Amino acid sequence: MTAFRLPSGGRIDRARPLRFTFDGRGFEGFEGDTLASALLAAGVGVQGRSFKYHRPRGPLTAGSAEPNALVTVGTGGRREPNVRATTLMLSEGLVAESQNRFPSLRLDLGAAAGLFAPLLGAGFYYKTFMWPAPFWEKVYEPLIRRAAGLGRAGTAPDPDAYAKRWAHCDLLVIGAGPAGLAAALTAAAAGAQVILADEGETPGGGLLDLRPGDGPDPAGMLAAAGPNLTVLPRATVFGWYDDNVFGVLETVGKRRAAPDPHQPAERLWRIAAREALLCAGADERPLMMPGNDLPGVALAGAMRRHLNRHAVAPGARVAVATNGPSGHALARDLEAAGVEVAEVVTLDPAAPPGLAALGRGRVRGMRVDGRRIEADALAMSGGWSPLIQLACQRGARPFWSAERGAFLAPETPGLTPAGAARGLSGVDACLGDGAAAAVAALSRLGLRAEPAFPPAPEDCAPPAPLLPFRASGKAGRAKTFVDFQNDVTLADLARAEAEGYGDPELAKRYTTAGMATDQGRCSGVNAALALAHLRGLAPGEAALTTMRPPFAPVSLGALAGPHRGAHFQPVRRTPLHAWAEARGAVFVETGQWLRPAWFPAQGETHWRESATREARAVRASAGLCDVSTLGKIEVTGADAAAFLDRVYCNGIASIRVGRARYALMLREDGMVLDDGTVARLAPDRFFVTTTTAMAGPALAHMEFCAQVLWPGLDVRMTSVTDQWAQMAVAGPRAREILGRIVDADVSDAAFPYMAVAETTLFGGRVPARLYRLSYSGERAYELGVPAAWGPATADALMEAAGPGGLTPYGAEALAMLRIEKGHVTHAEINGTVTAADLGLGRMARREKPDFIGRAGLARPGLAAADRLTLCGLVPLDAGAEIRAGAHVLNPGEAPSLAADQGHVTSATVSPALGHAAALALVKGGAGRIGEEVVAWDGLAGTSTPARIVSPVFLDPEGARLRAPAAEAGPPLPPPAALAPTPALAGAGTGRFGAPGAAGLRLTVEPEGAVVQVFAAPGREGEAPLAASALPCPVRFAGPGRWLVFGGLAETPAGAARVDMSGAWVRIGLEGPAAAALLAAGTGARLDAEAFPEGASILTRWNRHALSLARLGETRWEIAVSRSRALDLWEALRAAGAEFGGEAVGP
Amino acid sequence: MASLIACPHCGPRPREEFSVRGDAAPLRPAPDAAPEAWLAYLHARENPRGPHREHWRHEGGCGRWLVVARDTATHEVFSVTDVQAAARSAAREGRE
Repeated sequence: MTAFRLPSGGRIDRARPLRFTFDGRGFEGFEGDTLASALLAAGVGVQGRSFKYHRPRGPLTAGSAEPNALVTVGTGGRREPNVRATTLMLSEGLVAESQNRFPSLRLDLGAAAGLFAPLLGAGFYYKTFMWPAPFWEKVYEPLIRRAAGLGRAGTAPDPDAYAKRWAHCDLLVIGAGPAGLAAALTAAAAGAQVILADEGETPGGGLLDLRPGDGPDPAGMLAAAGPNLTVLPRATVFGWYDDNVFGVLETVGKRRAAPDPHQPAERLWRIAAREALLCAGADERPLMMPGNDLPGVALAGAMRRHLNRHAVAPGARVAVATNGPSGHALARDLEAAGVEVAEVVTLDPAAPPGLAALGRGRVRGMRVDGRRIEADALAMSGGWSPLIQLACQRGARPFWSAERGAFLAPETPGLTPAGAARGLSGVDACLGDGAAAAVAALSRLGLRAEPAFPPAPEDCAPPAPLLPFRASGKAGRAKTFVDFQNDVTLADLARAEAEGYGDPELAKRYTTAGMATDQGRCSGVNAALALAHLRGLAPGEAALTTMRPPFAPVSLGALAGPHRGAHFQPVRRTPLHAWAEARGAVFVETGQWLRPAWFPAQGETHWRESATREARAVRASAGLCDVSTLGKIEVTGADAAAFLDRVYCNGIASIRVGRARYALMLREDGMVLDDGTVARLAPDRFFVTTTTAMAGPALAHMEFCAQVLWPGLDVRMTSVTDQWAQMAVAGPRAREILGRIVDADVSDAAFPYMAVAETTLFGGRVPARLYRLSYSGERAYELGVPAAWGPATADALMEAAGPGGLTPYGAEALAMLRIEKGHVTHAEINGTVTAADLGLGRMARREKPDFIGRAGLARPGLAAADRLTLCGLVPLDAGAEIRAGAHVLNPGEAPSLAADQGHVTSATVSPALGHAAALALVKGGAGRIGEEVVAWDGLAGTSTPARIVSPVFLDPEGARLRAPAAEAGPPLPPPAALAPTPALAGAGTGRFGAPGAAGLRLTVEPEGAVVQVFAAPGREGEAPLAASALPCPVRFAGPGRWLVFGGLAETPAGAARVDMSGAWVRIGLEGPAAAALLAAGTGARLDAEAFPEGASILTRWNRHALSLARLGETRWEIAVSRSRALDLWEALRAAGAEFGGEAVGP
Repeated sequence: MASLIACPHCGPRPREEFSVRGDAAPLRPAPDAAPEAWLAYLHARENPRGPHREHWRHEGGCGRWLVVARDTATHEVFSVTDVQAAARSAAREGRE
């Protein structure tokens, strides 16, 4: 035991000593200590150096408002700066360092900065260090930045996981002091769903600072609460947002010596509360007196907490200066603990004495009106500031209450302050007020409650606020700090006022008062009082500065949550992903998709080598490309043709059944939105494709057209992207190879260019759709099979082609092939081009009465001669290259905006031509064929002379599309291994996460038929497919839409259906932690009242789109589109690690 | 903007499940309306402080297009309605 540690008492466990280091020195504290209390007990009063002047500082507070005792804890990726030593619970092996000192905390050379204090005053960066001008950036600023500041963040990746959670409740109680506890118990007893969030290690707040017997025992109070009260300790409510949603940061494993590897470091809660009570208590105000930052000077309430909670005496002889009961309560408790109290000075706001703290490096006493009081610790209390920040985060302005001597929050719906947070003092008064506030809040929800505690009077009148003190003589020359953390003094505020920046918002920016990590918690009210005093105003006439979230610092890790590393965003995989992976594919991210970019063959070291070989193989023999990522939409309904005719600019209604057409979708302003193909499967059924990137936006646009612009049309659509494994088979041998496995007649007579057929493979074994489309300019087909059949079909095609006959090719070869043909992608369709700009002007059928973009196209500017139009570029020197992004200039012109002629949108070295070929958008480019220009690449520093040519480099007549080719080869016998591949074939299985009883069980439902059913028009409100009506699972897919798993023999009268077999994968989720895992990702209400058994919803779980059905109290079913299933499975396992679980594969 | 939007089909959901398109007031002119009408429809938008009606899509849920009537200053949401359902019932009432 040290001189400062009391031999008995407190809430520490003396049987459990904990060793820790501070600045490399070993210390010992006890379970229940904070780092600050353990250091104080060890006689380490200086725990930090100040921000600007490097002054030695000790803890001013004993809680979360601490401005001085900031330390860096942890090592490697867990290194964390600016941790408040006063809230950091001690743990075995804790490693902490002080900050902002060199070489050591005791001998800090930076303290010399104090000598230059006159240069560093308010607004110094506007006034000093101005000359010579270049010195600011090179010399002064780096020096000042290094000298000033807080801890340094680590640079290693954070090894910990961070979690998120949604919760919904009737009443959120913020703070578990007397008011909060009384409120929570009152509401819980009435049957309301209550969450009690408190920043402390254990609930109790100020009750824990009392001597035993002086107040009720928080643990005993909570023991009686029922299961509808959820207590969240170590949880700081940092933000109040619209619709009474609160942001809460829960510390779980962070800053623990040996964190459980399966638990997250922190958990970010979003709590939607019907009502909330702000029972956050109040912060004690420091006295604005000279020398108030000396180590050993602390707030009276903080000393009382250290004394009663942590059994640490502030010193051997304590002086107290107070304007209210806080100082007297401390003196009483000090004496009870056997600590000498030198004197208690009661401050009268009406007749303030001259007052200063005395000492150098450590407080030695106090001077009161010239009288010196010897002491080695000085307690101060300048009254209390209710913690109203949360209540003022949504625009409400605090008001000054002269009666309470404090700024209070105005009434705001949804969040009501109670207890000390509205200026009350005394335990009994706060208990009664909390209970009454809960009764009132519940009555607004229509619930009756009985107060758990009776109303009680306050223990004294609220103390009046104190103004800055002056002291005469030498003591008066010491600095009076207002904002301790940012080293802002009373003199700084006075200077700001004198220079015209006396308005609180201006003073904040001029002096940085209130801009530190505590956001003015310690300083805000004192600064407002000081500014009012300096300006000759009454207290409260200078306002507090605007309060915004977050109330307390929130780590970036907590905000990112699970969205980092492999789970940064959902990943979509095509049905052929594993197939391509097995062939060595290198993948490229395209939005959420992973697409094969190229397939390196043995000996190939550069992507271009591989892609060139693949592209040549397509033109020489045949290639196989996975185009499953293209958006696919099925459109049905009596008005489907009329609808698509209005959505696309070209003619759609005239497409015959069994034929497809290239189609352009415009925006209403006439610009191209997307391109794709439209295939007519039946008079009232179309299959349309979009580009990969625009699949989502194009569907949203089409839905907008159908629902908003033309709500009366009978048209229904749904994405079937995930249903089909879509393979492009391109090249002279394409028909020969395909014909060996496709049952349909693929002769040109039966199946010409742009034909479409619903067919089968291997004599009816596999359903399929065949399209004769070409992106490469070769004879080409797209074959679609239900996704599960993709790998088997690709294998069969390879077998049908024989060795080397069919070459898998990726996105890079695809790009080479399409550039050679002048086909556009979103590199060209960049939102500023019209169909005419792309050379496709004739597609826009102005004679149609209406289509999206028809009127917009008529704008005169869209026909201007100098518009950027599509053309080709080839280098004059056949060995030169042109890069995408290069700008086009006329020869001899210097690069400038005025001289700019356009830019290169896509470029390649063409395998067919043997030299570079590029597509470009050039002013009037289509009419400048043959002109010489320069492709200027400012990044590479090159200028390449080039010639404008037609954008179609190869086979402009399209002869290769229809060139004679070998007919279908002999039918291939069905391979022995012809079988579908389950979506979750590669999923990780077995036990995961925390050991012990599994909180979760993940299973895979068997795949089978899936049908999407649409209600008959006008009957969307009815439920012809209520779950009970069918023997198979029926899930909500939107109003008037259902997903039927297990097939549907008959379509209900008037309803439409789209087969979606394979597009959806179902995952079973079961266990006591299932709902918590779901709440980690979705904000939908999951309680039995909102989500009864048998119900299903569509929602997002951590950005993964899915359908969720409740099968039992703890049994759920997740249905997810196939491409997302594997990633979701892995994300569920990762997020479920904290609960522990078992994953059972297919 | 609101933290929660009460979808008429799915109930209250986090705003992140929705995407906004913009002002719901401009109505698409007839195909052969005057250029001025089309230019106003394409480009002219009010930016009111106070009540406002916007098109939102519940893309993370039912996928429906909705009209969200809200206050741009207070963030209060007054109503959320399904555009197509409202148009169809209005058309039915018009016939009756």
